[in-house]
Amino acid sequence: MRSRSKLAAFGIVGTLLIAACGSDEKADTTTPAPVETAAPGDTTAPSDTTAPSDTTAPIETTPPAGGGTLVFGTSSDPVVLDGAFVSDGESLRVIDQIFETLVTTEDGGTAIEPALAKEWTASDDGLVWTFTLQDGVLFHDGTPLNGAAVCFNFDRWYNFTGVAQSAAVSYYWSTVFGGFSDGVTPSLYGGCEAPDDATAIITLTSPSAAFLSGLAVSSFAIASPEALTTYEADKVGGTEDAPTFEGTFGTEHPIGTGPFKLESWEPGDKLTLVRNDEYWGTKAILDSVILKPIADGPARRTALENGEIQGYDLVDPGDVQALADAGFQVLNRPAFNVGYVGFNQAKAPFDNPKIREAIAYALNRQALVDAKYPEGAEVATQFQPPLVFGWSADVPQYNYDPEKAKALIAESGATDLEIEFYYPSDVSRPYMPDPTANFEAFKADLEAVGFTVIPKTAPWRSGYLDDVDAGNAEMYLLGWTGDYGDPDNFVGTFFRTPQPAWGFDNKEIFDALTTARDTADLAERTKLYEAANKLIMEFLPGVPYVHTQPSLAFAANVQGYIPSPVSLESFALVSLS
Amino acid sequence: MFKFIVRRLLLLIPILVGLSVLLFVWVRALPGGPETALLGERATPERIAEVRRSYGFDKPLVSQYTSYAKKLINLDLGQSITSRKDVKDELIRRFPATIELSLAAMIFAIGVGVPLGFVAAKRERTVTDYGAITLSLVGVSVPVFFLAQILKWIFALKLKLLPTIGRLDPKRKLEKHTNFNFVDSILAADWSAWVDTMKHLVLPGIALGTIPLAIIARITRASVLEVLNDDYVRTARAKGMTTRVVNRRHVLRNALLPIVTVIGLQTGLLLSGAVLTETVFAWGGMGQLLSSAVFDKDYPVIQGSVLFLAVVFVLVNLTVDVLYAVIDPRIRVS
Repeated sequence: MRSRSKLAAFGIVGTLLIAACGSDEKADTTTPAPVETAAPGDTTAPSDTTAPSDTTAPIETTPPAGGGTLVFGTSSDPVVLDGAFVSDGESLRVIDQIFETLVTTEDGGTAIEPALAKEWTASDDGLVWTFTLQDGVLFHDGTPLNGAAVCFNFDRWYNFTGVAQSAAVSYYWSTVFGGFSDGVTPSLYGGCEAPDDATAIITLTSPSAAFLSGLAVSSFAIASPEALTTYEADKVGGTEDAPTFEGTFGTEHPIGTGPFKLESWEPGDKLTLVRNDEYWGTKAILDSVILKPIADGPARRTALENGEIQGYDLVDPGDVQALADAGFQVLNRPAFNVGYVGFNQAKAPFDNPKIREAIAYALNRQALVDAKYPEGAEVATQFQPPLVFGWSADVPQYNYDPEKAKALIAESGATDLEIEFYYPSDVSRPYMPDPTANFEAFKADLEAVGFTVIPKTAPWRSGYLDDVDAGNAEMYLLGWTGDYGDPDNFVGTFFRTPQPAWGFDNKEIFDALTTARDTADLAERTKLYEAANKLIMEFLPGVPYVHTQPSLAFAANVQGYIPSPVSLESFALVSLS
Repeated sequence: MFKFIVRRLLLLIPILVGLSVLLFVWVRALPGGPETALLGERATPERIAEVRRSYGFDKPLVSQYTSYAKKLINLDLGQSITSRKDVKDELIRRFPATIELSLAAMIFAIGVGVPLGFVAAKRERTVTDYGAITLSLVGVSVPVFFLAQILKWIFALKLKLLPTIGRLDPKRKLEKHTNFNFVDSILAADWSAWVDTMKHLVLPGIALGTIPLAIIARITRASVLEVLNDDYVRTARAKGMTTRVVNRRHVLRNALLPIVTVIGLQTGLLLSGAVLTETVFAWGGMGQLLSSAVFDKDYPVIQGSVLFLAVVFVLVNLTVDVLYAVIDPRIRVS
């Protein structure tokens, strides 16, 4: 219980900080995010580290109290430990410990804070971004972090070719920067210059407000140029039919600047991280962290209860209460996802706005969230969580009202009230732990107001996603977990361009979201997104119904783990008592 | 005998060629491809098309198979699409884990199953017999994941005796030479690691071994019952041999043939049973690799693992056939 109230406080603090971040970012054009705000809770300011640039002398020999080894249960092995080549959570979890990005998110929130860059400024036109780097930062291989190293990384990403450009590989580059140097798709990236060791200047081809938030994603982690070259990070072999990645950078030699270093990785068995004693900032407390892949959810829980691991991610919502009762700590990540019922307007009767509205009033979202979701889940009123700026309190609400739904159906003039409702099997998503339960609850709601529901289901990865994406589903259950704290990553992803899954062509919405994305001024952007959210909820392309707080569980003696909405969580703050 | 073995091994070639074609077509005929597994909610029709193009899935099947077969001849099984690891390396690295688990399961299954069946047969239609039959019936029917959960609950959570995940305490460091932990710990003269390895083997071994145990017990019982009524057993007894000698020399040896057959078959099947057991116990062997590959539609891994399992299955069967000749001199392998 205690952890929950703490988390509630977190949420509030988080929101305030985002508001604060808002005003910070508004001043983007001058000097954003003063260094003093860095690392809440850390008493040592990063600038204190006056470590000599070629550190040979060991700094502290006595390990800090609370050290030891933490064994953490993950759902699978990482793919590779090269941020540029992954977008999956398990890879990013490890990359977050070994590498650092220019900017990062505050602990437990989405506000942007300094990381490898201690400060940054943007030109008035928003095209030229000057990052001033922290002093005395060394990569794990002893080479220094400097402007040239930063530019080396950006140029590396920009110059990817072939399979490395695939969304399955460099997803975040294409999400944040668009295209590559081959120019097939226009790129936001214009170039990088390093006038001196302490500075990297990144030029954009058009002003982008989402750029800075995007840079906090661990895919933009800065790696040692020497290691990238020596261990052939970008080497792709094989044939055109079956390209193969051949470098050993991401498997054996991931060299970053982070508070932990890779000691060993035996895929399928475990991955061991050890403390980086030469770390430039506040050093990690733990001596080592062992990440143990346990694919089976119940097996993770038993392993925690049996003391074999001290924490695990992706706690089954059904286990939350039992674990808390048994004295384990259950920590929730602030809600950063949305679950929704999607309508395909290319199919009747979903082209009829009255029918869409009727469905929205017919669904008892509150009852579903109360009955089937763990504590912390809330009913969604729009397609983005309240944590992200641009969320509007002023959108149409569609509170449960079956009588109104019936009236709307009568007004709609629709005679055929048969609707095909598609839901996935074989899957549990953070926003939808049990799709069948959601389907059944909604089906009953719809039938109560006069619809005839034809159930349709397919396994998530074997047909369901394909069908929905291709526009073959009429009404369906889906959702989204955000990558970074920008509304473009939510509503922009869904509605900025026409998509077969939604089956509509609404220029007003597309334009509103494009303008909002391209506006530099944060206050202005916030207003534009608020308006866009209102517009979307009036048009009602689907019914968002839930934001959840995914849970992690820890043994009672684990301290200092701060759940982050974007899952950017550092083991460096963790200690054992 | 030598000719027989060579001939059987040569027979592997057409089997593997046929299987590789079947598998290749079959995994691609399943709805959804690796691209949906890779992209999840982030899949859009454009992204899916682009991933298919960059991985070559949009090429005609024949051309895809030709380039696959070319690599296969060089024993190159390709690279996993999801984990980007070399499939052959992964199989080699993980196979010892699966063997280790299968051995533990078979030792349990044979060690308990044969005596159980034997005793049941000797005491036909007694409480012991009925008890054994019931037990084996339950053993065959209980789902592995359920049994695993029960075992974990009793031996780990309640009695605090045994670990529930992995092959070794994650905090232990053991230098890998063979990837067989029970061998590596001996090589390192690390006895506590050896004990730890054994402890980790108990629950998965029981979970995986229960079905074969039940089947072996039933076959043993039936086979022993048949032999017990044979004339030569009566003759041996009439000659004044002790029960022990009769049992060992005449009953068990003659009853062994069907038992060995079923043990052979079960060993082959164990490898597929390991898929579930390894997942539930986070075993990190081949089974776990295959199960996640099927889930992710990771074509190269599915193809590679199944081909590998086919080879193993054929080799196990071959061993059983050779063993026949050893057990029963009347049988000649030719």
